[in-house]
Amino acid sequence: MSATALQRPTLVSHATYVLRSNRITACAAAGTLLLVLIAVFAPWLAPYNPIASDVPQALQPPSAAHWAGTDQLGRDIASRILLATRLDLFIAVSAVGISFIIGAVIGGFCGYRGGRLDRWVGRIVDVLMAFPLFVLAMALVAALGNRMENIIIATAVINLPFYVRFARAEVNVRRNAGWVEAARACGDSHVSVVLRFLLPNVLPAMAVQISLNLGWAILNAAGLSFIGLGVQAPTPEWGIMVAEGARFITTGKWWLVGFPGLALMLTVLCFNLLGDGLRDILDPRMRT
Amino acid sequence: MLAAIAQRVARRLISSIPALLGVVVITFVLMRVLPGDPAVFFASGPSAGKQEIEDLRHKMGLDQPVPIQLAHYLVDIARGNLGNSLTTGQPVVQDMRRKLPASLELTFTALTIALLLSVPLGVLAALRPGSLIDHAVRMLCTLGVCVPTFVSGLLLIYMFYYVLGWAPDPTARIDIFASTPPDITGFYLIDFALVGDWNGWWAAASQLLLPAFTMALFVLAPLARMTRASMLAVLGSDFIRTARSLGLKQHRIIIAYALRNALLPVLTITGIVFSTMLGANVLVEKVFSWPGVASYALDALLASDYAPVQAFVLLMASIFVMVNVAIDILYGIIDPRVSIE
Repeated sequence: MSATALQRPTLVSHATYVLRSNRITACAAAGTLLLVLIAVFAPWLAPYNPIASDVPQALQPPSAAHWAGTDQLGRDIASRILLATRLDLFIAVSAVGISFIIGAVIGGFCGYRGGRLDRWVGRIVDVLMAFPLFVLAMALVAALGNRMENIIIATAVINLPFYVRFARAEVNVRRNAGWVEAARACGDSHVSVVLRFLLPNVLPAMAVQISLNLGWAILNAAGLSFIGLGVQAPTPEWGIMVAEGARFITTGKWWLVGFPGLALMLTVLCFNLLGDGLRDILDPRMRT
Repeated sequence: MLAAIAQRVARRLISSIPALLGVVVITFVLMRVLPGDPAVFFASGPSAGKQEIEDLRHKMGLDQPVPIQLAHYLVDIARGNLGNSLTTGQPVVQDMRRKLPASLELTFTALTIALLLSVPLGVLAALRPGSLIDHAVRMLCTLGVCVPTFVSGLLLIYMFYYVLGWAPDPTARIDIFASTPPDITGFYLIDFALVGDWNGWWAAASQLLLPAFTMALFVLAPLARMTRASMLAVLGSDFIRTARSLGLKQHRIIIAYALRNALLPVLTITGIVFSTMLGANVLVEKVFSWPGVASYALDALLASDYAPVQAFVLLMASIFVMVNVAIDILYGIIDPRVSIE
């Protein structure tokens, strides 16, 4: 059939085309994949036990045996960084996941219904945005208790306003579209129209937001544990590793801060570049 | 013109009241869900009897309905009573007043550095899109948002204190052996300048530079990116072509005509950036042992002393709301068209 030849390029073929022509996005995608693999296989990849201390070997600079050096208790920094990937990604992904789901549903209904609900939600979002968001996250962790799950909740809450606004705006411009009316005419309820038609339609644009937010969420979560909130000391986590290494920076022990910092930076870089790339693939209109 | 600005100021101040009220309510709600019963906390000790705790609850108004407690809270804030810090034993307001200048000095210096670096960089990148400098700026921006402030701060300490030895010991606002300036404004740079003590001024400035630069680095990216984008848009518009065809000097076109028109979006993003900076304050103050409100609140938080934390959250949100008002007013001054509508 000649129809296949005239078909519009599929998402996959378009994605391959973009990845092939845009090396940076391809690298970011590969980097993200690598991160996920590290997170999954970290226990088998790590050369040493990440929490076993070996005091005679403390504060060793990078060497062949410990290629990222050792910390003040003689623990292997490379192993700790590898193990921490899982926790850091878990915190970021679950926080962004929670705020995406809740934000999309709230924003979707607000954009669809409008009216009083929309005004009130808008007002609450405005007040949330009036707080410096990192300070709000700090206060939330203080209020809910200094535990790891509360870091996730706090990070989710400070991400929420963006998703609510985004979903609201995107649904709002589509709510009078022909296909929405068609769905209504077919007997779909309002709830079903929002959940089955409007939100899936908005999803591609939101995927960009998710990728960009993941990097931000990792920075926030690491910042919170850097100041001593959430994840507690012996657990390998990038923010805590930097906090512990901070004491030794004035005596020139750069590797305690440098390597976990590099891990944070590369992770955020991957997510940000992937977000930019996703924008090109999914939503060519928003290209910068 | 002045009357229009005054009117605008008044209108914006009034319209910021709901946001401020919302901030107070959220802070109150946070306080209500704080772990533990404040009465038990304030009681003499773990041995405090049930009767004593009941009396305290009554005295603190904790046995009253929540709306009444909220009203009491509002009255307290209006009177400037934010409770006492358990760690320092002082009223929180007093502690905050003493420590706020350090934080503001840091934040505003950082903002100044960031603007002084990012606007020229953005303009340069916009003047030659696709050139080497454009790519360099883009790379700087991409990397800048990826490095957490606490890591870049520590690496800057390593570089400038340990390796090069240019920066002083990163532990306070001023060297412990140097004398502090007379307490006039609380801003060391201003106080030293007022009494003409330039050695002291230099000591304070060199202490301030590294933390301020750390903070500036983090917000450089959004500012430079926005300057570039908005300059590009303005440079392509008709009135710039007209100015060029009239033979105006290049620097006059760029600075007086293009940049002034391109500044509005930059101003908008400055408001958002300021919020980021207030948050980053916590991290930077911890890295540099900077004795500001953020490190004060953080110490209190880790010691389960919640009155300073609440006051801090309230203060930061109020500052942010006020900065947004100021930015709105600046809008009207930079672009008179905004105040007409």
